[in-house]
Amino acid sequence: MSKLYTGAEIVFKCMEDQRVEFIFGYPGGAVLPIYDELKNHNSIKHILARHEQGAGHAAEGYARSCGKPGVVLVTSGPGATNVVTALTDAYMDSIPLVCISGQVPTHLIGTDAFQECDTTGITRPCTKHNWLVKDVKDLAKTIHKAFEVATTGRPGPVLVDIPKDIQFQKAKYTNFKKQKKLNGKSNNRFSKKDIDKLIEMMGKAKQPIFYTGGGVINSGPKASEELRELVSITGFPITSTLQGLGSFPGDDNQFLGMLGMHGTYEANNAMHDCDLMINIGARFDDRITGKIDEFSPKSKKVHIDIDPSSINKNVKVDLPIVGDVSEVISLLIKTIKKHKPNFLKSNKENISKWWEQIGKWRSVNSLNFINSDKTIKPQFAIQRLYELTKNKDTFITTEVGQHQMWAAQHYKFDKPNRWMTSGGLGTMGYGLPAAVGVQIAHPDKLVVDIAGEASVLMTMQEMSTAVQYNLPIKIFILNNEYMGMVRQWQELLHEKNYSESYTAALPDFVKLAEAYGCVGIRAKTPDELDQKIQEMIDVKKPVIFDCLVDKEENCFPMIPSGKPHNQMLLGPNDQKENKITGKGKTLV
Amino acid sequence: MVKSKSAYSDPGKKGKLDTHIIVVWVDNEAGVLARVVGLFSGRGYNIESLAVAEVDPKRGISRITIVTTGTPQVIQQIKLQLGKLVPVHKVADFMRGDKKIIFKEMALLKLVGNNSKRNKALKVCKKFNPVVLDKTQKSVVLQITALRREIDTLMGDLKKFGLVSVSRTGAVAMTRGSEIFK
Repeated sequence: MSKLYTGAEIVFKCMEDQRVEFIFGYPGGAVLPIYDELKNHNSIKHILARHEQGAGHAAEGYARSCGKPGVVLVTSGPGATNVVTALTDAYMDSIPLVCISGQVPTHLIGTDAFQECDTTGITRPCTKHNWLVKDVKDLAKTIHKAFEVATTGRPGPVLVDIPKDIQFQKAKYTNFKKQKKLNGKSNNRFSKKDIDKLIEMMGKAKQPIFYTGGGVINSGPKASEELRELVSITGFPITSTLQGLGSFPGDDNQFLGMLGMHGTYEANNAMHDCDLMINIGARFDDRITGKIDEFSPKSKKVHIDIDPSSINKNVKVDLPIVGDVSEVISLLIKTIKKHKPNFLKSNKENISKWWEQIGKWRSVNSLNFINSDKTIKPQFAIQRLYELTKNKDTFITTEVGQHQMWAAQHYKFDKPNRWMTSGGLGTMGYGLPAAVGVQIAHPDKLVVDIAGEASVLMTMQEMSTAVQYNLPIKIFILNNEYMGMVRQWQELLHEKNYSESYTAALPDFVKLAEAYGCVGIRAKTPDELDQKIQEMIDVKKPVIFDCLVDKEENCFPMIPSGKPHNQMLLGPNDQKENKITGKGKTLV
Repeated sequence: MVKSKSAYSDPGKKGKLDTHIIVVWVDNEAGVLARVVGLFSGRGYNIESLAVAEVDPKRGISRITIVTTGTPQVIQQIKLQLGKLVPVHKVADFMRGDKKIIFKEMALLKLVGNNSKRNKALKVCKKFNPVVLDKTQKSVVLQITALRREIDTLMGDLKKFGLVSVSRTGAVAMTRGSEIFK
């Protein structure tokens, strides 16, 4: 007879077979048998967060920076409800997470037992799938299935709820071999004919543009390489969503910068005026399209996406190609090279006028700002941070708000998986724990969380995690004492009624850093900024960097309400002529 | 209502609404109906009627029939989103007016009244082949299978003949001829 293992042992057996190296979690009554088993498995290290939301975001940061699924372990009741924000965040941004939660013993389910909640009910809308394991014989199968669902097709979070009695019960375990086969829901559904059609459209286009998103990153590092080749052999301009940054070099001449609500003038105008839009792994999010009726009216649209339900969800497209980005692009490149080796040459003339027009938009220099020698402008702070860290293979995470948009605009990424930001859900407090997860995956790399003082206070407790595991993360706070994006909207849309957007009684971040046992640095003037940033980089400990910036700086360009997508607010000088009028205030 | 000028909150043009019947084959496991129904409520889709039962006990497959209304784009989204759910095996959809498909709903009707009233009632429902399931001196329970709108009309007509209680199922569907749903 083969050996019997307890449910808790089976959990670890599965994780070993799945080559899990790190678990982010927090113990509690209903997962104690699993925590008890931890000591017997040296290949798996547990990272103790300070809050389950922090554990979830850390696992997200880990997953996004190294491409492997993040694993979270939490207890029942509050443990599970605390992780819901992180699961939803991962669901919106397509991040593979496997969350294991404890549950009260099966005979107590439904009795309102201590720390009981309907975990699978609560997490059903924010996971790809979830399971309540009621029989220990199903446990191994379920966990392996969970890893498969999380990582195949469009990635996303899953949850396995394991009652405490199941963790004690015994069952057989047969070793698991990873199958190469993808599940039926993720198969490529495109044909050679679609590719030929696309090439034909590309050959005819006079004003083409690539619009790329997080799908390129999720498709793996090879997809980014192929994207670079595709862009260079076609000579087309390329713009990227917030999540796609890094899949194409930010300082390349063919790159128009980020598009969308705070995207560049050239990117948004090119999207509006193009005659061929090739969407690669993006999802026509409302922050990108603006008013759907007036979105890119003249273009033929091609949409390459692994998720069939993304096609025609927000914007009707002319040619859908359902498949993995990497596989589509590689076939596309192969076909172009084989049948149209002179594509670039013949194409150059076709689109030369288009590049001229783009050049005109570019000359507006929409990311420009009026610098100051007295106060630190937040954009200037990010530019300096970029200049001082660009040669170091730096990993950047962010919180949510103005600082996030400035980071996306002014920090130029040239590799995938270096940029971790909460785009879909927009979770304030994401960046600090995400940085913890990134540093776990890349212990020797520089990891910076570009933060706002309001966001970072939401998950500040995770500094304690960073100190415990000697993770030298740098929390670079652009401190303007306001919830900056809220304040900006109130200024532009609500007659400067700054209702509750100012944080009085902020902590002294330098002292706070010291209290946590890490290093606090404060920069007050532009002169001292470089030296202080260098100091931050050189310290081999976690740092909280309190960068006191201009309190009233706004994030431009911005697509204002009541204006078509191709008319943007550019900056302080442009603003006078573009007052947002009464009816446009319902900007969401 | 004042039309919003916002670039980001304008709902855009409303398309024409069609009524569709969506048939979903799912693993008959705990919570599967909640997943399907939760998808509809979470994404703001409409459910007009719903019928669920296990159809293949050996493989544990249930068949869910949902009547819904939406623009063509929404109907397409419903199908694709349903297809992404892990326990869903296949999804079929067709318009309510489709001639190749049979739709039926069942209703149980309780009528209370004297003999002549009840006989008149039976006459009214005659073309739907009513089955008398229960009969007493004062009452009768009828079973009717028909289209939704036919049952709607019938209910109106039967009011004056002592209709006191109605219980209805959601629509179920089947293709005509030798074809089966793909």
